[in-house]
Amino acid sequence: MSSSTSREQGLAEQITNALGDKVTVDYANTRRLRVSTSREHMIEVGKFMKSDLGFDHVASVSGVDYPKDQVIEVVYHLGGYEKTEMRELLLALACRLPRDDSKMPSLYGVWKSVEFHERETFEMLGVTFEGHPQLERLLLPEDWNDIPPLRKEFKNPGR
Amino acid sequence: MSTLSIAVGPQHPGSGHFRLQLTLDGDIIVDAKPDPGYVHRGEEKMNEYRNYFQNVPHLERPVILDSTNILYPYVLAVEKLANINVPERAHYLRVIASEMNRIISHEYWLSILGVFLGHSTMFMWPMADRELFIDLMDMLTGARVTHAYLVPGGVRNDMPDGFKEKALTYIRYFRKRLKEYDRIFFSNPIFTKRTQGVGILKPEDAIELGVVGTVLRGSGVRSDIRIDEPYGVYDQLDFDIPAPKAGDSYSRAMVPYIEMYESCRIIEQAFEKMPSGSVRVKYPAQAGLRTPAGETYARTEAARGEMGYYLVSDGTNKPYRLKLSVPSFRNLTAMNFLLKGARLADMPAIYWSFNYWPVEADR
Repeated sequence: MSSSTSREQGLAEQITNALGDKVTVDYANTRRLRVSTSREHMIEVGKFMKSDLGFDHVASVSGVDYPKDQVIEVVYHLGGYEKTEMRELLLALACRLPRDDSKMPSLYGVWKSVEFHERETFEMLGVTFEGHPQLERLLLPEDWNDIPPLRKEFKNPGR
Repeated sequence: MSTLSIAVGPQHPGSGHFRLQLTLDGDIIVDAKPDPGYVHRGEEKMNEYRNYFQNVPHLERPVILDSTNILYPYVLAVEKLANINVPERAHYLRVIASEMNRIISHEYWLSILGVFLGHSTMFMWPMADRELFIDLMDMLTGARVTHAYLVPGGVRNDMPDGFKEKALTYIRYFRKRLKEYDRIFFSNPIFTKRTQGVGILKPEDAIELGVVGTVLRGSGVRSDIRIDEPYGVYDQLDFDIPAPKAGDSYSRAMVPYIEMYESCRIIEQAFEKMPSGSVRVKYPAQAGLRTPAGETYARTEAARGEMGYYLVSDGTNKPYRLKLSVPSFRNLTAMNFLLKGARLADMPAIYWSFNYWPVEADR
């Protein structure tokens, strides 16, 4: 086990050494890492991941609603194309936001690839990404007049 | 400067169920805003109401012409969380189904590309040849387009008698047809004049914009999940990944074309290497399949590119959250980038080279 994940462990160590208590490494398994941070440090951590570790694009941005903890978690999955050995890795960069104040800085300034993913999370979970160039409705109908549908209290009609 | 604003779509012919809001100065596009969402079905929300097996058939609806490939990461994610070991034979059957779907999907796209660039023959031929593989998938799974063939734990059924022989005969014929495509279309000035040097996406821009699949490889970045992070038995198979350097609409069109040759090779190898044995881990009560609490991110190479599923489980028999990161959605970032500054007449050549599928992007 330790030999197959030594590279991921090394990366995790590098992250903790550079960023200290601004981040928590949740796990470093084979090809998958997960790092949590707070919204205040999101941009700094993002810049480090991009320039120092070589995660040059964002594969996915997901919001997950946890009503029992009163938080919404936004998870960025980072990948790297530039270096061949980076391509198998994915790093989940997670940030927990209070449900009644779900705001965080947009990472568009770090990765252009978050543009549509953040817009989707904005309308589906009601997370405001401050500094996003065009934070508008994307997939939902123009006359949608309800709470963001991926929040847990929204129930599909008829279910 | 007086500009003109026109909408391409959302009615189907010309764009799919998708709108491109173009701003024109003369015939130069100064801005292109993609506007997806006309076929949004709430797939991600629907998942939270259904158990892991009930999710299989509806999850392939966003891209029915590539239905095996959109399911592939889902079953991988569930198997990873629930710790299921899939029988070896099922892995090979998955490869066969997946590559046949890749051909079906590429053929459909190629015929649409053909017709929008004014080449009617290229509309008819791929559409007809696609039928060969639809026939084969029908024989294998019992359905022409929505197969629901992959299930957590393996595949739904073994291949019927005579399937291998029929498939190999079809592939032999199909290879000859592919050569003819080159003569009538890919070497044809009608096509090359309109696509070469048009809509150039440099590799560094492709990486910055985070594009995937055929668009990424069309820019010369040789990245493919089947090679980068091999899943199933892809590491046992020998195939090549095309990555032409030019980055124009022509190379984005060449990538799927060459991939069809490679898919044929993969299918032949899979038939050869396939062991005998069972094809599925059976669950007596499917609704009872629970996954331990946790999360995973599984990804595969679908016809259009990297298909990723982020699955969060809270220990019940339903996903707590399932996020689909689909290739068409991720390629949206490059659309405005490439169309800006292009001529209106080049718009179809650029737009269709994306291999964009609106329903997949909207989910």
